[in-house]
Amino acid sequence: MSDVLAVAEHRRGELRDVSAEVIMAGRELADALGGDLHLAVVAGDVDTFADELNREGVDAIHTVAEGEEFDHNVYQAAIAAVLDGTDAAAVVAPNSVNGLDYAPAVAEQHGLPLVTDAIDFEYDDGLTVTREMYGSKVETSVAVEGDRFALTIREGEWEPAAGEGDAPIEPVAIDSVESGARVAGFEEVGGGDVDIADADVLVSVGRGIEEEDNLELVEELAEALGATLSASRPIVDSGWLPKNRQVGQSGKVVTPDVYLAVGISGAVQHVTGMKGSDTIIAINSDPNAPIFDIADYGIVGDLFDVVPALIEEFE
Amino acid sequence: MKVLVTVKEVASAGDDFTIEGTGIAESDLEYDLNEWDDYAVEAAVQLAEAGVADEVVGVTIGPERAEETIRMALAKGVDRAIRVWDDAFATGFPDVASKVDVFEAVVAEEEPDLVLSGVQAADDGFGATGVALAERIGFEHAAVVNHLDLDADAGLANVHRELEGGVEELTEVDLPAVLTVQTGLNEPRYASLRGIRQAQRKEIAATTLDDLGLTAEDVESALTLTSMYEPESESDAELIEGDAGEAATRLATILREKGVGA
Repeated sequence: MSDVLAVAEHRRGELRDVSAEVIMAGRELADALGGDLHLAVVAGDVDTFADELNREGVDAIHTVAEGEEFDHNVYQAAIAAVLDGTDAAAVVAPNSVNGLDYAPAVAEQHGLPLVTDAIDFEYDDGLTVTREMYGSKVETSVAVEGDRFALTIREGEWEPAAGEGDAPIEPVAIDSVESGARVAGFEEVGGGDVDIADADVLVSVGRGIEEEDNLELVEELAEALGATLSASRPIVDSGWLPKNRQVGQSGKVVTPDVYLAVGISGAVQHVTGMKGSDTIIAINSDPNAPIFDIADYGIVGDLFDVVPALIEEFE
Repeated sequence: MKVLVTVKEVASAGDDFTIEGTGIAESDLEYDLNEWDDYAVEAAVQLAEAGVADEVVGVTIGPERAEETIRMALAKGVDRAIRVWDDAFATGFPDVASKVDVFEAVVAEEEPDLVLSGVQAADDGFGATGVALAERIGFEHAAVVNHLDLDADAGLANVHRELEGGVEELTEVDLPAVLTVQTGLNEPRYASLRGIRQAQRKEIAATTLDDLGLTAEDVESALTLTSMYEPESESDAELIEGDAGEAATRLATILREKGVGA
């Protein structure tokens, strides 16, 4: 029997949605392990965050009021203090960019086996985690030895914890941290002439376009449809389109009436940014591409045949 | 300063593949340098070209087959490489701590000032080794770096960390540090013919656990891969059949119904 520690996440004064999901996953684990669920709220306006996250299933909330923004050294010190002061032996954190900046260090510091990017888990005399491999082409089960471990969970895979809880909120004091990684500020990227988030119709292009010169083809399609051109990450990484055209986790979240994905496989980071579109249409040569899992309409075929034919339809 | 770059040869599966036991059939796998590591290599080589790095050393955990991939990193400008292998890595599912055991021993020998590592490996997508290594060896770190400006004299790396939703965090990191490199940090070069020729003469030091003062028990994994399967398709998409022309006609009708191009 052991307790579980979930770690909340916030940025620039706002809690991130994944915080409530981490509580849900943590509650499931605590039930399996027969222990309590602790929640750590670190940095920023911890009292407000703690009130907001005092949901059903949380047994105790530990607040560490040190610093404003995320700092992995503060998070590490705070988590160490909470682990030290409780019976928690398992840590659940978001598989976010910040989660991946401290969870591996926490696991290493406390000698906890680490499994990242969990999409599900089961507990039956031991933890077995479901996670993807080979770019979402397969799912795997990973069995973890022992009941002490660290887990990061993919955002959006667990329901957010709801309801009002009555967990005691306890401030935890830590020694002030001289951090060797100091946040100097933030920068919004992807400004510029076009806001793809405003578009009603998006033609979005991915790796399937193969070469920069071929972009003309989708530009022509966007023009024929009166649509705005957007892209998946590889196109922007290659410098073929500017960052303000990128749809996905690290780009823009878009919800157009129609999203036409051309040569986009549909990696989870991309899907996060466009799954709220009203109608999703995918053109891809790989019938197993994950984009078809969320598409309303699909054409399995060569975009270099289909797109010119489609342009012709609108001329 | 000396830069250590961790590189991994990763496997990818084609559109059609067969799962055998807990892995994909060898004949359905293609091997290549991990995409994220390609950006890390480029960053290291640029530091050498700018006169900031005196030496760039690559390190990999991989079987002999991986030398072909590692040689590509050498062709792009990495000075020499260390390839660590033990059959224990082939039979099990190495956890983060066992990879860190290896890299820790290599760091102790090489004493780098900066370690560059890809954010994640394309095959297992764990995304944890670099940060765990930093903790083990007492280096500072920053994860998911998409902009790097190194001030060696001040002992600082000014980085941008790519957060979700189009926001970047500007962070000042003390050296020595481990930075995990995101795609898009730079434009990885193609190896030149001259580079490829030079790479043939560069050293890839085949290294055993024993050479590093480690045993198979040290790198025993706490994780076991117990199954692998193709996820059930959740698709309820209406697939538009026919040749390109027919499909385009049908799609045009659907688009017009949605008010597109009207």
